[in-house]
Amino acid sequence: MSNNPAAITAVQGTAIPLPGNDVDTDRIIPARYLRSVTFEGLGAEVFKDERFNDEGSPKSHPFNEEKYAGAAILIVGRNFGCGSSREHAPQAIMRFGIKAIIGESFGEIFAGNCTSIGIPACTADEQTIDELQKLVQNNPQLNFDLDLEAQTLSSEEKSVAVDISPAAKTALLAGTWNTLDELLQNEAVIEEVHQRLPSFV
Amino acid sequence: MGKNLFNKVWDLHKVASLSETRDQLFIGLHLVHEVTSPQAFQALRERGLPVKYPQRTVSTVDHIVPTQNQLIRPYRDDLAEQMLQAIEQNTSDFGLRFYGLDSDSQGIVHIIGPENGFTQPGITIACGDSHTSTHGAFGALAFGIGTSQVRDVLATQTLAFERLQVKKIDVAGSCPDGIFAKDIILRIIADLGVMGGLGYAYEFAGPVIHGLSMEERMTVCNMSIEGGARAGYVNPDQTTFDYLEGRPFSPKGEKFTEAVAHWQAMASDPDADYDDVYQLDATSMSPMVTWGITPGQGIGVDQNMPRLSEVDETEVEITQKAYEHMGFDEGQKIEGQKIDVAFIGSCTNGRISDFRAAAEVVKGRKVASHVKALAVPGSRKVKLQAEEEGLDRIFTEAGFEWREAGCSMCLAMNPDKLVGRQLSASSSNRNFIGRQGSSTGRTMLMSPAMVAAAAVEGAVADVRNLI
Repeated sequence: MSNNPAAITAVQGTAIPLPGNDVDTDRIIPARYLRSVTFEGLGAEVFKDERFNDEGSPKSHPFNEEKYAGAAILIVGRNFGCGSSREHAPQAIMRFGIKAIIGESFGEIFAGNCTSIGIPACTADEQTIDELQKLVQNNPQLNFDLDLEAQTLSSEEKSVAVDISPAAKTALLAGTWNTLDELLQNEAVIEEVHQRLPSFV
Repeated sequence: MGKNLFNKVWDLHKVASLSETRDQLFIGLHLVHEVTSPQAFQALRERGLPVKYPQRTVSTVDHIVPTQNQLIRPYRDDLAEQMLQAIEQNTSDFGLRFYGLDSDSQGIVHIIGPENGFTQPGITIACGDSHTSTHGAFGALAFGIGTSQVRDVLATQTLAFERLQVKKIDVAGSCPDGIFAKDIILRIIADLGVMGGLGYAYEFAGPVIHGLSMEERMTVCNMSIEGGARAGYVNPDQTTFDYLEGRPFSPKGEKFTEAVAHWQAMASDPDADYDDVYQLDATSMSPMVTWGITPGQGIGVDQNMPRLSEVDETEVEITQKAYEHMGFDEGQKIEGQKIDVAFIGSCTNGRISDFRAAAEVVKGRKVASHVKALAVPGSRKVKLQAEEEGLDRIFTEAGFEWREAGCSMCLAMNPDKLVGRQLSASSSNRNFIGRQGSSTGRTMLMSPAMVAAAAVEGAVADVRNLI
């Protein structure tokens, strides 16, 4: 186990289910809410068009339901986060309070962006996701424990195995998910590669 | 067994192994725009870091700029103005090449890279935009990245990245009249699904692909991401070299000859190994139109929309959601669906050949009276070229609005938006709910010539009857 304070080994808390497949990044955070030079305030805009009508009145959506308030673990379907590379999508989810996402599968850039900001994006099969979503719908106060080393999601009711890409797991457990320091290290080799490749002067 | 281009370019750019599955990859060219970069520049400031190799960064403004009165500042939208000022300040502070509003080279980042000769075979390219895959048309490895990675590339010129597998997509046969690059890629996505490319780079190959112009190849590679593939590429060939010769930043003279030899060597070996292969024959294809809310929900214009009973079990939920949003009925014809808006432009189809193809359909005809039609060049150079050829007059005489360069209604971060439930015929890349700026707006993706046909007919029409 790493001593790095940035290491992410576990996520605990209640969960929030978001049924449905192919939830794209434009649904997570529509492009017109990206008109900002910071990520601050994005938590309030997450799923904006799905949570509120054009007049600003709330619509029926899990993210609007009191019973899921304070949830740390988001449970989603297949191909979640497909579409754009906007990091605003996982940033908005994180700033809403989510600390881990469990889904059947993810858009690849989205999953990478989750890792980059320290959010584990884990996968499980369709039946497991379906059962987890129902379990949470029926018992929204249920506490879960995501153990990244063991790759399990446990509660009093149920414990399931989850998967995560080896690179993401290594980076989260070692606390190197913020890649900048690691990448700054190989300066001499970077210079060597730069020198031998064409450049645009 | 030989090597494919993906692995050759990867190995050439690999700096180090970071873990068993993750490499540090050198990025030859970094493209920067106003939306996904301000937080990255801020991170550099907080750490007191410079941009590692400023000569390897090219920046512009495209997403938020209005396509009318583009030069009148400050913008009415305070937030857009703030973002514009941020990129002007950031590129100035960090000493980066910037094609801003005062430059003749301003335009959509994926259009200006190639037209200026920055995009070259055998290099790695990154940009905080998923359609960076466009540059794969030249045989480059081009990846869309998030803002944390934009920070990494600015500060180190490298990325922490996992090597992808390679799926070869072999398009055989010949391309019938009225079938364009957009139709080919929409068909590939419809066939393989929006998750078909997860974990893969697509290598587009075969006689139909190599018969395409560079601009058409860019359209195909552009939408790799809509098929779930993080990158897509075409092996460089004579068409590639001819396109590059004489571009402002292409190698010159003897250096160009040397570069061509290097580029040829980077192409996949004839006996290269692939992780998967998919074959498609283009000969019997029809022009494609999407009817739903994912780019995979596309059919030939002469086909009917699918019945729920016909779709794969795993597609039932998204099919239902699509019909609910689009307001179509299962089994209905797509041809004849009345449209409200026609949009020609975007990084997918905002190049000169796109406007030529659309103008051929529009010429001598009128946009239907109930249709709002926009033609938005992807760059200032495209705009100028089109105007030199008189295409702008063909569009405006028909009733199109001829606009200034930008992303426009593809993603509606600027004043160009759908209103309410408007149905749009669009040459862009995404038909996601809310994508074109209205949460209830509806998008049908198609080729620019098909958009032109829909504009003049006022409804989805088969362009083959108009050319």
